[in-house]
Amino acid sequence: MKPEFLIIAENVEKWYDNNFHVLRGVNLEVKTQEVVVIMGPSGSGKSTFIRTFNALEPYQKGRIIIDGITLSHDLKNIEAIRKEIGMVFQQFNLFPHLTVLDNVTLAPIWVRHWTKKQAQEIALELLEKVGIIEQAYKYPGQLSGGQQQRVAIARALAMQPKIMLFDEPTSSLDPEMVREVLDTMRSLATSGMTMVCVTHEVGFAREVADRVVLMDEGKIVEIATPVEFFSNPQEERSQKFLSQIL
Amino acid sequence: MLENIGINWIKKNLFNTWYNSILTIISVIFISWLGSGLLTWIFTTADWTVLKDNIKLFFVGTYPVKLLWRIYLSLAIITILGGISWGIISSKTNLFNKQNLIIIFSISITSIIISLPLGRQTGITLLGLLITIISSGIIGQKYLSKVSFFTKWLSLIWVITFFLVTGLIEGGLFLEPVKIDNFSGLLLTLFIAIISIVICFPLGILLALGRQSKLPIIRWLSIGYIEIIRALPLIGILFMAQVMLPLILPPEVRPDRVIRAICGLIIFASAYLAENIRGGLQAIPKGQTEAAKALGLNTPLMLTLIILPQAIKAVIPAIVGQFISLFKDTSLLAIVGLIDLLGISQSILANPKFIGKYAEVYLFIALIYWIFCYTMSLASKKVENN
Ligand SMILES: Nc1ncnc2c1ncn2[C@@H]1O[C@H](COP(=O)(O)OP(=O)(O)O)[C@@H](O)[C@H]1O
Ligand SMILES: [Mg+2]
Repeated sequence: MKPEFLIIAENVEKWYDNNFHVLRGVNLEVKTQEVVVIMGPSGSGKSTFIRTFNALEPYQKGRIIIDGITLSHDLKNIEAIRKEIGMVFQQFNLFPHLTVLDNVTLAPIWVRHWTKKQAQEIALELLEKVGIIEQAYKYPGQLSGGQQQRVAIARALAMQPKIMLFDEPTSSLDPEMVREVLDTMRSLATSGMTMVCVTHEVGFAREVADRVVLMDEGKIVEIATPVEFFSNPQEERSQKFLSQIL
Repeated sequence: MLENIGINWIKKNLFNTWYNSILTIISVIFISWLGSGLLTWIFTTADWTVLKDNIKLFFVGTYPVKLLWRIYLSLAIITILGGISWGIISSKTNLFNKQNLIIIFSISITSIIISLPLGRQTGITLLGLLITIISSGIIGQKYLSKVSFFTKWLSLIWVITFFLVTGLIEGGLFLEPVKIDNFSGLLLTLFIAIISIVICFPLGILLALGRQSKLPIIRWLSIGYIEIIRALPLIGILFMAQVMLPLILPPEVRPDRVIRAICGLIIFASAYLAENIRGGLQAIPKGQTEAAKALGLNTPLMLTLIILPQAIKAVIPAIVGQFISLFKDTSLLAIVGLIDLLGISQSILANPKFIGKYAEVYLFIALIYWIFCYTMSLASKKVENN
């Protein structure tokens, strides 16, 4: 056991129901307060990989340990682990029938069993932090994409997770809204949150990431610091990928 | 000015093309021919004494006269609570908007008009209920909507009232009991319809969820149930409920005929309801479950807080449609020998004194069915917009 690692993924292998071998022995260790950016072509298994961390996707071989808890298939463990991991999706996935404030307080009230008052205080603080306190009593449908994604971040943070997962959080946003979301993520990283981000925002990766991971065809091709990765990639596959996105 | 607008509207909507003009003229002729015939019949030929003499039978059947106060009390309780709920729901809007004023106006007119054929007491009761609902609506909007006890627990209060009112009507405990099998008339129709609706709704939800369950046994049982029931005619199920239930169940728990009828209706309606709700469940994007799981919600919480509220909201019109058909389907119970609104009409018509008064009686009960069904469909629109 290495307690300084919040996420340990060892030789993770996964097949989808149609026998598609999507993860082919992936290894990754993420330290406390580390920010890891995962890049790679579409379909390389990035989403699938980070979704195994909070058991949104089961895996068949290997081992995943989150904050010292082995992610087994018994449900109790899964719930303990999900409490520690916040996740932000490409499509926001806010609950459209609830106000912004109720979106943020729902899990703290029902899963953490905080009082409504307590949960609302913390929720309002978080909404203030991500800059949408004025929208607290609106419904998600009344907000812009960028605002919705910031609500989604606040909603995940309200559970006070130890780890935050981001799956292409800016990919379905209009360009002018990408920055407001990246700024929120940047300040979150500065505050010391442990983060795993699937994103193709090179600027964000350069500035914020401690390490950049390149995935291709269900495997990790290269892991490097952003400086090394962007200026002097070791693998041919990385060079080819970078030439496509830069 | 106003006249001009009227003429313009007529021009624009009824006479905008030559074929529309022809259609309009034909329709006007047809409707006025039909309408004048109907009106002449209503006011000259028809003999409404059959309604006046049997008004109690139509509404409460053979419910003991000395216990009628319980029915009145129940009506009052429901009306007051209904008014209060209406007031609380429209706490931020105008209680007396155009649509509501039209409804209030038509009810007042109706209660005056029906006093003629049905006797003054019916009209006065209806007016009294109208005044009660309006005043409790105002109280609800002005005062009770600010009391968090009422706003928070409104649905619970309704549930309690449901049991209270059924208890009041059936008796038991310290009240003199009235055998359910002796219920008849509109009272029986409402009793059966409301209890069936209240029970088949959660059952339909469970079946819809069961149909999507990951556990094969539950899934196959749900699918089997839904598909078998949907392939059977309701009248067959009602007969089976009357005949088979006593055979299957041990003799000590032989249920009343009315209870058996309710079981039949529930068995039938829940299968259809399950399919409606399944439609709503399928309309919910996968991202919703993923977000709920990622937040640590377990399956029951996810279903009750995230999935079902959205799924049910999406199919409210279909669900209410189902309730409306269930209400109308209660009229089939006359065939299995229960004396519901239709059944009591038939026995009244069998009375030599009222022989041949089919038109009067059937028009009257058609009107009653229409009023209840239309109210439900209005209410569903209200809920939908909320
Ligand atoms: N539920 C599924 N069943 C079968 N194949 C899937 C499923 N989800 C994703 N895949 C396939 O797995 C591969 C990796 O998907 P994904 O993890 O979403 O990649 P990325 O996020 O890197 O674009 C893709 O080829 C995709 O088509
Ligand atoms: Mg992806």
